[in-house]
Amino acid sequence: MAGDVATAPSAPVAKEPKRGGITDRARAERRTAWLLCAPAVIVMLLVTGYPIIYAFILSLQRYDLRFPADKKFVGFSNYADVLSSHTWWTDVFNTVIITVFSVGLELVLGMLIALVMHRAIFGRGFVRTSVLIPYGIITVVAAFTWLYAFQPTSGFVPHLLGLSQDPFASRSGSFIVIILTEVWKTTPFMALLLLAGLALVPDELLEAAKVDGASAWQRFWRIIVPLMKPAILVALLFRTLDAFRIFDTVFIQTAGANKTETVSILGYHELITRLNIGEGSAISVLIFLMVILIAVLFVKGLGTSTAQQRGEV
Amino acid sequence: MGQSATPRQKVAWLIAIALVVLYALIPIAWMISLSLKKASTIGTDTGFFPKEATLQNYSDLFKSGSDFTHALINSFGIAAIATVISIALAAMAAYALARLDFTGKALILSGALAIAMFPAISIVGSLFNIWRNIGLFDTWPGLIIPYMTFALPLGIYTLSAFYREIPWELEQAAQVDGATPFQAFTKVILPLAAPGTFTAAILVFIFAWNDFLFANTLTSTTASRTVPATLAFFTGASQFDQPVAAIAAAAVIVTIPIIIVVLLFQRRIVAGLTAGAVKG
Repeated sequence: MAGDVATAPSAPVAKEPKRGGITDRARAERRTAWLLCAPAVIVMLLVTGYPIIYAFILSLQRYDLRFPADKKFVGFSNYADVLSSHTWWTDVFNTVIITVFSVGLELVLGMLIALVMHRAIFGRGFVRTSVLIPYGIITVVAAFTWLYAFQPTSGFVPHLLGLSQDPFASRSGSFIVIILTEVWKTTPFMALLLLAGLALVPDELLEAAKVDGASAWQRFWRIIVPLMKPAILVALLFRTLDAFRIFDTVFIQTAGANKTETVSILGYHELITRLNIGEGSAISVLIFLMVILIAVLFVKGLGTSTAQQRGEV
Repeated sequence: MGQSATPRQKVAWLIAIALVVLYALIPIAWMISLSLKKASTIGTDTGFFPKEATLQNYSDLFKSGSDFTHALINSFGIAAIATVISIALAAMAAYALARLDFTGKALILSGALAIAMFPAISIVGSLFNIWRNIGLFDTWPGLIIPYMTFALPLGIYTLSAFYREIPWELEQAAQVDGATPFQAFTKVILPLAAPGTFTAAILVFIFAWNDFLFANTLTSTTASRTVPATLAFFTGASQFDQPVAAIAAAAVIVTIPIIIVVLLFQRRIVAGLTAGAVKG
């Protein structure tokens, strides 16, 4: 590959040398680069770009696989149906609750674990290894593990805590177990992202602050957190989007019972269980738009925070 | 800071470490313990540890013609093929991103980032429809295609971070010393790139091994159902007649490979996860 880059410069300036003074060598390099990237780019466009457009087209139709003959263009009426339904808004609320609580808990716990991993004077490898197990475990398996631990017929937790009631019999109980499962499974990922951010905080700065009499608490809030802000926002962005798409844990533990249905579960039921492709696709597109919205908000926050840092330092 | 630790600090660290380890491992211990309980005692023996331990649940799982054996084969095969293809495509792109100078770099990186954030549920309906029309529904390729695609951003980001660290001048140095370009690449660059590539492959494999949404929606029989989907549909639709002991045993079996990989490659996985993330 390095070969074709090297051969280029000898060629005379036959092809428009004007454009910003691009040499043949640079042009050859660019072509090689695009050839190398092309397969990945094409696959990504084909497998996500095309289906999302197709989903949008389907969402404009009345299309129920049980009554395929009734297929018909209906404009935005599927969207109107979804957005005016009580279920949709309940599910959005449920998804937001799960996202906010699990990501919030993960941030606090993840920061603590990251600090332990970063500063530990011994046993670092051991801590990392144990923490990676929840990260690597199959989400469905984690969901079953926590389900069976909290379910009174099989689990030790209700007896241990003296619970008088099945946690899965109530909405709040179900939410708590779902959130705990999510937190257990994904805090390690958060902790590792934060660990990468912690590594960027210069030790000398912390030492200097210590010499000047700053307490550990002050050092954390005044030095570590501000310097880690971009890392924290990136970790929050990834985890928020991930939590917002939550499917596996809810599907296994409640399947949406007791008003714990999330938007992804609703989309699944509409598309796969009820085979209502039209309305299900409208839900799919709405979820897609909400994810874009969350990402844009975070990226804006990230932009201003890095800009602030550059301005201040 | 390490050298000046007092005994009291050491004890504090010991407690902190113990807490983190317990946090991570108690659920694993519970799953193992549950899998050892006799299936008939699940409703009554609700302690953390089994009153009497048995391996019956494990031997039942592998009885002839069990869905679980099929699921294991499907999961391994599909995840492995998706990993190989995805890493091959990602490695080419990452090489270009790390090494070559060209316009559109930022475009490709942000495109990959967008796919990383893409909600899979949004295309499940489309894929379900398309796959049924072109005959990919309930086949291995039907799952391999979405897995390799959604793993590409992870692969591209991790690999380009690793490839940036490689001292590429060595390749030219080898050529000056008389090596052919092919020799320079295979003898010098490949050994340097292999560890990072392997790490990215582990991460991608874990990703594909874990998926449930596509496995649930794009398959319907043992022809292609992977472990997560098989576990979810182990028996009747009602969650109240699930074979708890059997699922627990299956859960332990599919967690063993993860534990082995984590034990062997802990350092690399951490490096891979953080390398891809720092630049975000």
